[in-house]
Amino acid sequence: MSFLSVRDLRVHFPTIDGVVKATDGLSFDLERGKTLGIVGESGSGKSVSTSAILGLHRRTNAIVSGEILLDGVDLLKISDEDMRRRRGRDVAMIFQDPLSAMHPYYRVGNQIAEAYRVHHDVSKKAARARAIEMLDRVGIPQPDRRVDDYPHQFSGGMRQRAMIAMALINNPSLLIADEPTTALDVTVQAQILDLLQDLQRDFDAAVMIITHDLGVVAEMAHDVLVMYGGRCVEYGSTKEILTHPEMPYTWGLLSSIPEVGADPEAKLLPIPGNPPSLLNPPSGCHFHPRCTHRDKVPGDLCWTVSPELTPGTRGDGHLKRCHLANPDVVYEREVLPEIAPDLVEER
Amino acid sequence: MFAYVVRRLFIGVILLIVMSLVTFMLFFLMPQDPARVACGKNCSIAQIKQTEKALGYDKPALTQWVDFLQGVVVGREYPEDKTLREKAPELISDCAAPCLGYSRVNQVTVASEIKEAFPVSLSLAVLAFLMWIIGGVLFGVIAAVTKGTVIDRGIVALSLVFYAFPTFFIGLFLLKFIAIKWGLVDVPSYTTIAEGGIGGWLSNLFLPSLTLALFFMAGYVRMTRAFVLESMTEDYIRTARAKGLKRGPVLFKHTMRAALTPLVTMAGLDFAGLMGGAIITESVFNFNGLGKLVVDANVSYDLPTLIGLVVLLGAFVIVANIIVDVLYAVIDPRVRVA
Repeated sequence: MSFLSVRDLRVHFPTIDGVVKATDGLSFDLERGKTLGIVGESGSGKSVSTSAILGLHRRTNAIVSGEILLDGVDLLKISDEDMRRRRGRDVAMIFQDPLSAMHPYYRVGNQIAEAYRVHHDVSKKAARARAIEMLDRVGIPQPDRRVDDYPHQFSGGMRQRAMIAMALINNPSLLIADEPTTALDVTVQAQILDLLQDLQRDFDAAVMIITHDLGVVAEMAHDVLVMYGGRCVEYGSTKEILTHPEMPYTWGLLSSIPEVGADPEAKLLPIPGNPPSLLNPPSGCHFHPRCTHRDKVPGDLCWTVSPELTPGTRGDGHLKRCHLANPDVVYEREVLPEIAPDLVEER
Repeated sequence: MFAYVVRRLFIGVILLIVMSLVTFMLFFLMPQDPARVACGKNCSIAQIKQTEKALGYDKPALTQWVDFLQGVVVGREYPEDKTLREKAPELISDCAAPCLGYSRVNQVTVASEIKEAFPVSLSLAVLAFLMWIIGGVLFGVIAAVTKGTVIDRGIVALSLVFYAFPTFFIGLFLLKFIAIKWGLVDVPSYTTIAEGGIGGWLSNLFLPSLTLALFFMAGYVRMTRAFVLESMTEDYIRTARAKGLKRGPVLFKHTMRAALTPLVTMAGLDFAGLMGGAIITESVFNFNGLGKLVVDANVSYDLPTLIGLVVLLGAFVIVANIIVDVLYAVIDPRVRVA
């Protein structure tokens, strides 16, 4: 069995207006040393799903069901206290905006040392030494001095490095990075991604990286899971998904990426419409109101029947949720020429 | 930091001077003639003029204000009328700097009036402050933690009740039932620590402070609840939880530290305002504090007392503001001035 195995994860929020199905039947596997990229628009349920792995929905009104097996232990069945002890020690998380994710009133070093002392019975001095060591490890210059700074005295990139130090100080086996580079400058983004990869090798951790940036995925992830409307719509190895996507939503994501060196006159092709409401999702395939290929499916299948997650045309390592009978052909003939004409010629 | 405080104090002094000027002008703009009131209904014009001179209201308002400022800096002697001083030297009383004036209505210096009344108001304010801060924060946090439950709703509803009832009602209610009908405590009358010991001082202050505290506590419960709930949704609280911290440290260390910062500002200013006297509470319990002094001075058109109190209360608020700002820098590292 895999190191992390999530089966049919559902996170539902009952509200006065009805049940919000933020995550609706998510399944995936992840090994140590490997990276899974979770991609999707804002509000597609990425962060909610990962919060469930950390057990952050406990004691809220969220209803979480399914299985989250970490090293064989179902995180949804253990007690609150057991989950708390695993938080930060077995599973750690890096958040999107490091400025708001750090307490403004406490020194950076204290916050990092605190994470260590929760799980290790050591003196404040020892924890501080460990915090300095970690700050040094994530590339903060003069860590013995910066350890006493407040978060607002750090630059954005340094704050994210400090967050990474905080997350990795207990040597977790699973690291969840929730849009770790979204709030950063492009040059700093690359540094942070490099650092994460570097540390992953050292710590042999399983990493989940949540992003809406396919560039980050291409750089970091071994596997990709594309989410839409709380569901997995495409899942497979990064190479496979990026070269032979078989779900129109993934095509949309790919065609929305601006390319360096592309013709400045060329238009980006955004996905029309807005992400679906998770309270009243569209009937049938959640993506059909925005899908430009729905007329290729016979009848009103897209409107009425929700497609299952089925193996793609190129083998069962690739899963897609789409009614199209020949997505590979549609992609090659219609989508690729629009988004990457140069690639078509090569093929 | 030192330069900052000096600058703030300097601005504060200017503010006080302006305040005293405005109060002088307002006083003399009143349609009522203070000399006529002091003299009584059956006074002749000549008698009124004489009273006016005796009270010192005969000079132009601006001159009187300058005299007042001068008195604050170098001190004054009363009465100012030279002929009167020669005729009756026994009336002369000295008012050393900083002289806030001489109340001809009460025949004492304003400073000695304040000296009498201030301990009463201060005692009330300190005790009430302790009660409402402890109670307000405690119940506010309990309400926030139990949000949506019966406990939360009960606390919020009860605080609304106390907030809505006027102080004089709560004061009279407590006086009538707890002190008079049930006899749980004596009917309070202010005793100094020297007279009655700490026990006597406390027991006499209990009901009036409670009256004051209940009103403020109601507001603080709701504010604390709102601030705690707000800071619970902050990203850094999620970080604290993701680290594996227990609920206790997450609430008391991370959440409260952020939530209580704005409360410090409010508490400082409320306390300063209260030091200047709780008008209604002091009247209900017949405590001769600054609040009662202000009301009496207004009723009897006693300008010197009024001016003295305005300047004093203004100074309280200004100093409290400075203290709060300095405290804020201690609490929040982001606002520390370089």
